[in-house]
Amino acid sequence: MAEDQDKILEEVTGGEYKYGFYTDIEMEEFPKGLNEDIVRLISAKKNEPEFMLEFRLKAFRHWQTMKMPDWAHLNIPEIDFNDIIYYAVPKKKPELESMDEVDPELKATFDKLGIPLDEQKVLAGVAVDAVIDSVSVKTTYKETLAEKGIIFCSISEAIQEYPDLIKKYLGSVVPHQDNYFGALNAAVFSDGSFVYIPKGVRCPMELSTYFRINAMNTGQFERTLIVADDDSYVSYLEGCTAPQRDENQLHAAIVEIVAMERAEVKYSTVQNWYPGDKEGKGGIYNFVTKRAICKGDYSKVMWTQVETGSAITWKYPSCVLQGDHSVGEFYSVAVTNNYQQADTGTKMIHLGKHTRSLIVSKGVSAGKSQNSYRGLVKVSKKAENARNFSQCDSLLLGDKCGAHTFPYLEIANNSAKVEHEATTSKIGEDQIFYCNQRGLSTEDAVGLIVNGYVKEVINQLPMEFAVEAQKLLQISLEGSVG
Amino acid sequence: MNKTCRIINLQEEYSQLFKENISLLENGAPEQMNVLRAAAFDSFISKGIPSNKVEEYKYTNLQPYFKGTFDVAFSSDGAINNNSEKFHCGVPNLDTYNVFMINGWFAQQDELSTLPKGVIIGSIRDKAKEHPEIFEKYYNTNAPVDSDAMVAMNTAFAQDGAFVYIPKGVVVDKPIQLVNIMTGENDRLIFQRNLVIVEENAQVKMMLCDHTISPQKFVINNLTEVFANENSIFDAYNVQNQHNLTTQVSGMFVHQKKHSNILTNNLTLHSGVTRNNIRVTMDDERCESHVYGLYLSDKNQHVDNFTFIDHAKPNCESFELFKGVMDDSASGAFTGRVLVRPDAQQTNAYQSNNNLLLTENAKINSKPQLEIYADDVKCSHGATVGQLDDEAMFYLRARGINENEGRILLMFAFAYEVIEKIRVEPLKENIRSLVEKRFRGEFDKCDSCVVCGQQGSSVSCL
Repeated sequence: MAEDQDKILEEVTGGEYKYGFYTDIEMEEFPKGLNEDIVRLISAKKNEPEFMLEFRLKAFRHWQTMKMPDWAHLNIPEIDFNDIIYYAVPKKKPELESMDEVDPELKATFDKLGIPLDEQKVLAGVAVDAVIDSVSVKTTYKETLAEKGIIFCSISEAIQEYPDLIKKYLGSVVPHQDNYFGALNAAVFSDGSFVYIPKGVRCPMELSTYFRINAMNTGQFERTLIVADDDSYVSYLEGCTAPQRDENQLHAAIVEIVAMERAEVKYSTVQNWYPGDKEGKGGIYNFVTKRAICKGDYSKVMWTQVETGSAITWKYPSCVLQGDHSVGEFYSVAVTNNYQQADTGTKMIHLGKHTRSLIVSKGVSAGKSQNSYRGLVKVSKKAENARNFSQCDSLLLGDKCGAHTFPYLEIANNSAKVEHEATTSKIGEDQIFYCNQRGLSTEDAVGLIVNGYVKEVINQLPMEFAVEAQKLLQISLEGSVG
Repeated sequence: MNKTCRIINLQEEYSQLFKENISLLENGAPEQMNVLRAAAFDSFISKGIPSNKVEEYKYTNLQPYFKGTFDVAFSSDGAINNNSEKFHCGVPNLDTYNVFMINGWFAQQDELSTLPKGVIIGSIRDKAKEHPEIFEKYYNTNAPVDSDAMVAMNTAFAQDGAFVYIPKGVVVDKPIQLVNIMTGENDRLIFQRNLVIVEENAQVKMMLCDHTISPQKFVINNLTEVFANENSIFDAYNVQNQHNLTTQVSGMFVHQKKHSNILTNNLTLHSGVTRNNIRVTMDDERCESHVYGLYLSDKNQHVDNFTFIDHAKPNCESFELFKGVMDDSASGAFTGRVLVRPDAQQTNAYQSNNNLLLTENAKINSKPQLEIYADDVKCSHGATVGQLDDEAMFYLRARGINENEGRILLMFAFAYEVIEKIRVEPLKENIRSLVEKRFRGEFDKCDSCVVCGQQGSSVSCL
């Protein structure tokens, strides 16, 4: 029985990366390396106004004074920042009027990924700002959104067309001196998305971006900025798959969210970058700074993430709860397999009165992977009646993997109620036995139990994503298990 | 012999203190202690006194407390003066074998003729020389100097402390109480190093009490290494009762062998700045360990409990419970690291940290951590921060209990969960009444201080 189970677990956890392919599109690349000239070149290439160049240079100069942090429970091979190409852009920048003009190869890539970029999109109700290696090539539904006054475009476009908004909000949540990779991103970010929801507008559709790394040795530095004005609502989806390759790639993105009074932002991520092969060779380094600020009273931000990919995942989507009665929520599933490493979690910083936060984190480790939850709940002195509940569970599949929990609770107000719970366990033999008894094979039982275990988080995803998330879970963990 | 040192620049002046007095440090100390000094010192200097930049000391910056002008005793006559002999300590109704230390130096012990045969209790300096085979086998084998700067510092500077050896199969009938009295005319820097060995099938319960009896500033770095061999049972109750100017870094490093059962309970009732480093290594199968703590802080006190439970082998169980009540501007911290090493299957580890914040200036930082490298384990941890339950309070008030009394009742009920774990009946009773008094605010009055039993003394013990 136990042997059987081991065998099945091995099968289940041995699934190969199914989205490994590589599209050959002509690229325009900068020389490798990073210095002030490169930063200037990026800015000039993108025809940016003076203030952006200043912003980048300030960040770059600050970055040079910083050292790569080493406190995470991760084993990171040394990164040579001079061996990275900081800017790559598809050469033929298509001026798109209709789908026919999209590069057929590019279109095929999207089809393989299952992005409904064609007319079916209308039915699916998803507007996509597709990003291939750093530059937006196609934005759909702009008109529909424009009618409502919603701005959804690439950040380079926003810098040109809405410099006031950019000036006001870019770097306001994650300042350039915030952290090592944040500073690097601020200096060299190539593109990303910008969303602005005006007062009182409820965004009629889910906004989504597909990220895709698509050139050898190209670190991708995305920058996303979402501003939700008073009484607005938006749900934003971010998902990614990357082609299989050997060399490690660095991905250091920044996501900033600003929620004004009574605004609600829902940010969902399905992350499935290339995790490296079974021997732990290759794979993406995913070092992302994600932070939201609930600026206005009664605002709400919700992070949902399903992390199955990347060789190393290192990110803490955070909420700064500044407005009174504001709410931050974090739902996460992190799955690691083979030699993957993850150190992820959240920070909930309670500043306003009557602020609430909820953390639900589910870790699944298999193979020889290391999976850590690291989270901070901070209640400042003035945050009266703050409330937090955290639940961090780890599930271990296999006896060579690790599951770790590092919560930090810093409470400086006596009216705060903060609770943290964590458990670590493996799938019980009695659970498997129960399923077997009822006619389920052990294989199915493992799949069922893992799916049930993460359900609480998957349920928070928008429909379109929930389906894909479940598929990804199966690929990264379950192989043939249905 | 006393020397006065002025510490402003930590690194330099501690270097100087060590290098200038190395011959005094080594004089009369057992060889094994001296052999380790240089390496320990290097490790200490390379790490320095921990600041809050060091992850393990994130919530306690020790640097400012280790600055100042201190007396350091380099021999027992420097530590022990006439004044200290007047002191008599004893928890009422508690029959113990008493061992006294003054400023970390072994001073006297009760007539111990009633001790079971083979039990060795005495100064680590003397006993190490009398029983080198025991001493050398164990000394510093469970407190690696590179693990912690304060361990390294203690290993470099410590000259005396208690040595306790319980031979095979001996069950010590009464608790052994190690009392360390801190006194002096000037501020003092104190080091103390204890070594406790509990052989196979032996049982012993110990109390470690630290008391300040003069109002000077004391900075103490003590370290107790415990070896619990097969089938042994060991209890340690660390009663910390010092005035607000005291800084204490207290290390308790326990090493467990097969089927051993240990319990440590840190009762921090009154202190200035307290940092407890508790480390339990379960180096064999089927060990059981209980690690508990209660901290009651007010004024500007700071208590930091750092625990590290190392499940190195399969089939072990650990239970951890720390509870704190923070009043006034007190701040507290808790770190509970549980490590389950690869192949330490069938591990059960439970950990819980609960805190009550009574005022808006009180602060608590809690950092429970699980690090797990084996799959067949049951580990859980929980941490809570909150206030007294309004509904429970309402229930009491509806039954005619006034608010103040209700508060005390609820706080006491909260703390009792830790007191309950004490396995020495008379001590449990004493701590119970002590804690209740503490909540009633009577604790500051010296005449009600039953811990040091200093009735009528002119010097406040707190």
